[in-house]
Amino acid sequence: MNFTMTMVAQSVTFAVFIWFCVRFIWPPLINAMRERQKTIAEGIENAEKAEHDLAEAGLRAQEAIKNARTEADQIIAQARRQSSTMIEEAKREASEEGERIVQAAQAEIDQEVNRARERLREEVAGIAVSGAERILEEEIDRDKHADLLKKLAAEL
Amino acid sequence: MAAAGELTSNYYISHHLTNLVYGRFSDGTWGLAHSAEDIAEMGFMAFHIDSIGWSIGLGLLFLLTFWMVARRATSGIPKGLQNAVEMIVDYIDDMVRSVFPYQNKLMAPMALTIFVWVFLMNLMDLVPVDWVPALFALMGVEYMKIVPTTDVNITISMAMCVFILIIFYSIKIKGIGGFLGELAFHPFPKFLAPINLVLETVTLIAKPISLGLRLFGNLYAGEMIFILICLMYSSFVTIVFGGILQWAWAVFHVLIIILQAFIFAILSVVYIAQAHDTGEDH
Repeated sequence: MNFTMTMVAQSVTFAVFIWFCVRFIWPPLINAMRERQKTIAEGIENAEKAEHDLAEAGLRAQEAIKNARTEADQIIAQARRQSSTMIEEAKREASEEGERIVQAAQAEIDQEVNRARERLREEVAGIAVSGAERILEEEIDRDKHADLLKKLAAEL
Repeated sequence: MAAAGELTSNYYISHHLTNLVYGRFSDGTWGLAHSAEDIAEMGFMAFHIDSIGWSIGLGLLFLLTFWMVARRATSGIPKGLQNAVEMIVDYIDDMVRSVFPYQNKLMAPMALTIFVWVFLMNLMDLVPVDWVPALFALMGVEYMKIVPTTDVNITISMAMCVFILIIFYSIKIKGIGGFLGELAFHPFPKFLAPINLVLETVTLIAKPISLGLRLFGNLYAGEMIFILICLMYSSFVTIVFGGILQWAWAVFHVLIIILQAFIFAILSVVYIAQAHDTGEDH
């Protein structure tokens, strides 16, 4: 335990070393570390925000899909309804039209039948009168039997 | 090492505990000391070349390594050495923050310097005690103590530097009056100022002395035990036991060298933090 000038040398060395460390070593290292710490913190924060945004976007997308689906369902239902009413309408119109055509045809047929019957009646009356004239020869007085002939013709 | 005939245990131990001394003889000439008498003759006017050399060498190793890293330090992804250095820096920064709540640009770098430097000096204790002295003996150097922290000059002078910082900051923060007041008016009431002054001065002086002697004592004792264990290699009976002991002590010593470096660094910071403390709570 002998104290010597070594102490002086060591003290000076110690002081110089601390100065060097304070001046040249500590600041760049600690600055680099702080900067990195900040960068990492920002990165983590951004990542968290992005994750949050993503989740929100997912929710929005789901919402949109749900809306679209209900809308599509509505549209389909409406279209279905519309098409069925249209079919009904068409059916109804078609049947009405058909009926009308049938009726018109029936009316025409009736008319024709009546006309034919009228003509036939006249002809038959003519034939009957001429037939009766021939059979009875002059016996029948056209004027006397006009009523009878008319009755006959009406009966046909 | 000396000739085989002189190789007694006593000689072996004292040889291992003697520094390489360059100093002034009583006739005024400077030169290397060759014996304990020479060293005694030199007294204060002497340099422990080995202590200073290893201390500066290890300090430069620390500074240059860290400087190299610091110059190329990026805030991007750190690699290899930068990782290791940053781990130490971060550790020291946290430690200083936790015990030193004041603004001071000197503290953290000082703690870093002390911690790493003292650690490196302590680390030399784990080099087997005969290797380096034997190597230097081959080159004609008589004595070689490679662990600077087993030299009380080294530890006490570092502690004294810390002491100067304590005084400096005490006066800077509290003023001369505040500093002397703190010495005189605590812990007892003002009328007991002389007693206070004695007590507080002893407390103040005890700080650097305990700081320096703690490190010196631990490392000196550790070195001594390594040397004693090495004596066991002189006999075939104890050689295996000695080997086991040396291994065990080295493992334990790994803990001690880190712990002592840490204690020296943190106590320096704590003492200077106390110098900053102007609170009325004591």
